[in-house]
Amino acid sequence: MTDVLHAPVPVGDAAPAAPVRRRPRSMAGKAAPWLWLTPLLLLSSLVLLFPLVETVVLSFRRADGTGWAGAGNYAWSFGSAIRLVLLNNVVWLVAYPLATVALGVIVAVLLNKVRYERFARTIIVIPTAISFTAAAVTWRLMYAYQPPGQPQTGTVNAFLSLFPGFTPVAWLSNHTFDNMALILVAVWTGLGVAVLVLSAAVKAVDGEMLEAARLDGCGEWRLFVRMILPSIGRTVLTVATTQIIFALKIFDIVYVMTNGNSGTDVVGNRMYAELFQSSNFGHASALAVILLVAALPILWFTVRIERREAHR
Amino acid sequence: MTSTITATLPAEPETSSPPRLSVARRIGRVGVHTALLLICIFWFTPIASIIAGSLRTDPDSLSSGWWHIFIHPLLTGDNYKRAFDTLNAGSSLANSLLIAVPTTIGTVAVSALGAFALSRMRFAGRSAVFLLMVALLVVPPQITLIPLLKLFAGLGMAGTIPVVWIYQIGFTVPFGVFLTRGYMTGLPDEILEAATVDGCNNRKAFTRIVLPLSAPILASVAILQFLWSWNDLLTPLLFLGSSNSDAPITLQVAGLVGSNGQGANILSAGAIISIIVPLIIIVGLQKYFVAGITGGAVKG
Repeated sequence: MTDVLHAPVPVGDAAPAAPVRRRPRSMAGKAAPWLWLTPLLLLSSLVLLFPLVETVVLSFRRADGTGWAGAGNYAWSFGSAIRLVLLNNVVWLVAYPLATVALGVIVAVLLNKVRYERFARTIIVIPTAISFTAAAVTWRLMYAYQPPGQPQTGTVNAFLSLFPGFTPVAWLSNHTFDNMALILVAVWTGLGVAVLVLSAAVKAVDGEMLEAARLDGCGEWRLFVRMILPSIGRTVLTVATTQIIFALKIFDIVYVMTNGNSGTDVVGNRMYAELFQSSNFGHASALAVILLVAALPILWFTVRIERREAHR
Repeated sequence: MTSTITATLPAEPETSSPPRLSVARRIGRVGVHTALLLICIFWFTPIASIIAGSLRTDPDSLSSGWWHIFIHPLLTGDNYKRAFDTLNAGSSLANSLLIAVPTTIGTVAVSALGAFALSRMRFAGRSAVFLLMVALLVVPPQITLIPLLKLFAGLGMAGTIPVVWIYQIGFTVPFGVFLTRGYMTGLPDEILEAATVDGCNNRKAFTRIVLPLSAPILASVAILQFLWSWNDLLTPLLFLGSSNSDAPITLQVAGLVGSNGQGANILSAGAIISIIVPLIIIVGLQKYFVAGITGGAVKG
């Protein structure tokens, strides 16, 4: 690798480069970073920043965009109609990242201990390739419900029916289970990437150090808590942050599986409905701003970590 | 939690003699295999169920679960034939590639350029730009749609594939820069300092040093973006429209889900047709993915 680095910088190249650069350095030197940043700033401003600013303005205006609504849209957002929707988002925000990260760490550590690692990892990664539409098709069949007494065609109900005393459940319309049923689908599709990232971090843990500790009679659980967990901490944080942002914005799975029916609605889906079914831009924009404000702690946290790393 | 563990565990090495330890280890090994096996079975069952469903006949699927394929193996390729025709699979798969490949290349290029400036150049406003990128990470896609739909309609670009490229690239570059910048910051300073002394300007430092060294993280960004672009439903749905001849495969499968009167089996076949390409990508390239993400996340 070092060869590649040093070979292409021969003396011949260096000689003409120096004089060319000397004069315009102050002017062009200052402009240079912005030149590199132009495509990034142009595209992200167009697709994200400009609509964001417009949304904040719209969130204070009436549904049709004429006249100001004051805090009306926000009052609606925190009113009784939306309470369940916000509550569901909180459930997602806690359960999804927690389940994915915990399961991800467990699977990554277990994979590192077996010889069929590649095979097992591939199985866990397969759902990552599946679109939410295809996942919805699959899981609606998995959760299929027939009244008790009839043969169950859904895998989940059929399997649980093997246990005596179980009565089939309509997983997607029973409010005790429906949110968890949707979150399970999200974990199923999302675990793959988490495992890929985490298992790379687990492999980077010093193997000789672990072996030495094992010879000293250190138990596996203690090894995990004392040595593995601290050294993959940074990666766990990165994965958790990504998953929290995903949970905050969750839309696709809810949209394709229940469309928010029977008490499973989330902010992302409600926003979509307000935009494209009710054409109420004011309501939709206020919901969007609430999501953004909810994300501020993540923003603060990420920047703090970055700062600390930069100073190291 | 940790305190209870540390309190109970130190006694273990002294009390357990070697043979007892090996028994405990053996039980541990069995536990590891059992846990992993159970997770793998759980994770694969849904996949097995649509593969089985896609090969069964409609009356079979209506009356019994997919596992009856082992008891009553009446297989048919008819679902695939029908799904292929209904989804217009030949051209919609080509459209998916036509969307995902340029989007992936664009995202990698823009992320690499931006991350280079943010990690390797010093200038006023650097932290502000990075802060902005992190803030844009959390913008929900829904709120961007109405202003952009209006804008692209005004420009006369509505319903064309380049609009999907622009949207998908613009939406993901903050994440791409976030990952790539972290990785580039971790590259050893000495190499770049040596290059500057040798008279290497920024362009050369980028193309000859930073870019080759950042290949793993750029590969990871590329894989993630390809998967997302291929599987994205919202963007093509709104910016192309479902009746567009440029519609990608996800849009066609979603249309099939929405249309009544289609059996579950043809849907399963359609779902499988739509995942073949991303499946090859993720299974084939997972080792590059691991190499890329580790470099960024483990440094520090």
